[in-house]
Amino acid sequence: MEHAPGERIATGVPGPAPRAPAPDAAPRISVRDLDFFYGSNQALRRITIDLPDRRVTGMIGPSGCGKSTLLRVLNRMYDLYPGQRAEGEVWMDGENILSPSLDLNLLRSRVGMVFQKPTPFPMSIYENIAFGVRLHERLSRSEMAARVEWSLTRAALWDEVKDRLGSPAAGLSGGQQQRLCIARSIAVRPEVILLDEPTSALDPISTLKIEELIDELKRDFTIVIVTHNLQQAARCADQVAFFYLGELVEAGPAAQIFTAPKQRRTQEYITGRFG
Amino acid sequence: MPEVSPHIVSSYEQELKQLRDMLVEMGGLLESQLALALNAVVRRDGAAATQAMEQDPSVDALEREIESAVIRLLALRQPVASDLRQVVAALKISTDLERIGDYSANVAKRSLVLAQYGSTVTLGGLTHMARLVQENLKLTIDAVGEMDAERAIQVWRSDQAVDDIYTAIFRELITYMMEDPRNITPCTHLLFVAKNLERIGDHATNIAETIHYAATGESLPQGRPKGESPSLLVVQPEGS
Repeated sequence: MEHAPGERIATGVPGPAPRAPAPDAAPRISVRDLDFFYGSNQALRRITIDLPDRRVTGMIGPSGCGKSTLLRVLNRMYDLYPGQRAEGEVWMDGENILSPSLDLNLLRSRVGMVFQKPTPFPMSIYENIAFGVRLHERLSRSEMAARVEWSLTRAALWDEVKDRLGSPAAGLSGGQQQRLCIARSIAVRPEVILLDEPTSALDPISTLKIEELIDELKRDFTIVIVTHNLQQAARCADQVAFFYLGELVEAGPAAQIFTAPKQRRTQEYITGRFG
Repeated sequence: MPEVSPHIVSSYEQELKQLRDMLVEMGGLLESQLALALNAVVRRDGAAATQAMEQDPSVDALEREIESAVIRLLALRQPVASDLRQVVAALKISTDLERIGDYSANVAKRSLVLAQYGSTVTLGGLTHMARLVQENLKLTIDAVGEMDAERAIQVWRSDQAVDDIYTAIFRELITYMMEDPRNITPCTHLLFVAKNLERIGDHATNIAETIHYAATGESLPQGRPKGESPSLLVVQPEGS
């Protein structure tokens, strides 16, 4: 069963209304003057950046530059840890997601995340997807089956697993597990998907499949990918942001960053001349 | 070249340097080839002409070497930013340099024909043009070695003078031909010599534009300063 992007599946299933592609790519998330602290240690300094709607933003920079920290701010993952705090503003749909009154569960259904290592739940392939959906929505059995198929199809995994939905997810290959995690995150129909080095544990072919998937998914979702693989950022991202020592050094179209970066630090980092 | 730190991977740094060295070597070869060819024309020096023509295969070989070095670098190093610009520039520059070599060889070849004719026409304008083109070529080759945007702009600007002299020579030669039909053969060859020099100037300008982009990431504006085009000139016989 094929579904057009943004198409409502099954009856009564709430989903994002079909959206026309945004040529101007208005920001889906606007970060303004963001500071972030791990205790007394400041990890981000006055970050201001727009994440354009249904575009891929690639974040690059050396280890400890703050790119993963920024990712963790975007769905308030840091809330789980004491002593970590963010100051500034992160706007999404007219709401500051740093506001203490924000419903975190709702935020995390709108901003999904996929990690470096595939993290399938110790359950069946089907349940891996259905589990998260049940937290947010009440679906009939057939609606849920449709949602699972839709997610797996969008994550380019359906054909490989449709005959063994009841088997444990742990039996899938690393690349398949990562696509399952992406399917799981899109099953709750988020607006934004955060990918934290999603292919660093995968072989080249699985990596290309994920990259192809990112290209496909950006028609419907705003995607932020943190990667140490500069070529991957060049291949996948529309916008690339270079971070260094907690600062945003430069952000711009990928083609510009990789042919004629404006900042010397960007130039030296991407050409391998750092330090 | 703008001040940059060396690469963390020193063999990569080395390969980029080798690429620049090959371009400079090719440029040096072309400078001497052009000097020989012009000597052959002005001094009717047949040996110089032969030498100039014999250099052509070395120039072509260097072009092929640069091309394969560029392809290897692109495949194995995946250069980005200034490195990418420099590697792509090397490929383009080597093509322009190779054309310059062809034009010089052609000048040398025509000198052998010219030597069979008496010195019925003066070569003053042509010598002046030759000196300008040689200076521009030298400046260009220096700019290649350093990837120097400033010098590149200098070359880019000074090509107009070459175009202007070319137009004057064009008029001059046509006048000689109208004066005496026996001048037609040598003057036609001299016209081609001048045309070749003008083309060399244009390729030097192309190289200057490539260097500027490689060094700064910014392209020079579309319209460069250009002189009057001789192709539109009509020379009227006297008294008509």
